[in-house]
Amino acid sequence: MQYFPFVVVAWILAVGLYGIVTSRHLVHLIMCLIVVQSSTYVLLLGVGYVTGAVAPYFYDIGVHTPAVDPVVQALALTDVVVEAAVTALLLAFAVQAHKRFGTLDPQELVSLKG
Amino acid sequence: MTPSLRRWVFLAGAAGLVAFYLWGLVGLPGFGDYPGPYGFIVNHIAVPQTKATGVVSAVNFEYRGFDTVGEEFILFTAAAGVSIVLRRLRGERQRPAVDEAADRDVPATSSAVRMLALLFTGPVVVVGWWLASHAQTNPSGGFQGGVILATAFILVYLSGEFLVFKRFSPVNLTDVTEAVGAGGFAAIGVSAVAMGLPYLYNFLPLGTTPGAVSSSGTIALISFFVGLEVAAAFILIVGELLEQTLLIRQGQ
Repeated sequence: MQYFPFVVVAWILAVGLYGIVTSRHLVHLIMCLIVVQSSTYVLLLGVGYVTGAVAPYFYDIGVHTPAVDPVVQALALTDVVVEAAVTALLLAFAVQAHKRFGTLDPQELVSLKG
Repeated sequence: MTPSLRRWVFLAGAAGLVAFYLWGLVGLPGFGDYPGPYGFIVNHIAVPQTKATGVVSAVNFEYRGFDTVGEEFILFTAAAGVSIVLRRLRGERQRPAVDEAADRDVPATSSAVRMLALLFTGPVVVVGWWLASHAQTNPSGGFQGGVILATAFILVYLSGEFLVFKRFSPVNLTDVTEAVGAGGFAAIGVSAVAMGLPYLYNFLPLGTTPGAVSSSGTIALISFFVGLEVAAAFILIVGELLEQTLLIRQGQ
């Protein structure tokens, strides 16, 4: 099962994309986008994992203890926060779209404005 | 495009994506066999070089500091975007934030919610502050601490009402805090340039004990500013969404 985490990544990505393509509600679509983005966390943390290694924090362990890659962890960390803020922005757009067009169905929105 | 056609186009595209993904997977080192060397080098040199024992923070605020400036400004822009998108539009009016039907029977917030929110507000502020100021020692930092600090204000909203939330987090103060947080990070970088050093160079004394709160120079300071920025951005976003729901109405 050496590649299992990467198969999970592909699965999360595919499920999220399928949700976006078939979505009938803007809020649902935004949630699917979050699912797509979650696959990047699994990928980043999976790529940097080292079997038997500890977290890269050396407060009470020696500097030469084997530890996992800290760079991908830093990337995942900022990713989570930025994603939350961008989601808020997208939800704000959804609120205004509902006010302006009276619907949250992306397929109806397409027929209203090209 | 009809929904069924859209689905077929998606399935065709997804099949191509899966094929390329599997092809790429073959060349990837297996799970748990991270080949390095970059992460291993950082793990070995970060503690002696920066005196920070939290290497993830050292990466975020020192080795990749320039990237983190960019990420922080994405957050800043997103918060500004939410305020702009949720402004009062033409043909809308803003209700005064007072109860217009003072004699109606308002269901009171349940005592359980009120008590729990009040109980948690203090500890949440302490934990958020602690996280934002201990990036250099352990798994914490401005991003995590800032989000938790912002939840303290949401607890105030849960236990009381919108008016109290607004009094605790006036928009002007939140705006200024956010600007200080984002600007402080950039200013630390520019200060290094003013001293003739590279942008975001760690010019503060690093301390002698790795993992001490006073160690790691600018890493701790930048993390603190990031904490301010993240907390203010999230309070601003939540405030704007609540204002949109509670105060903005159609009509003149």
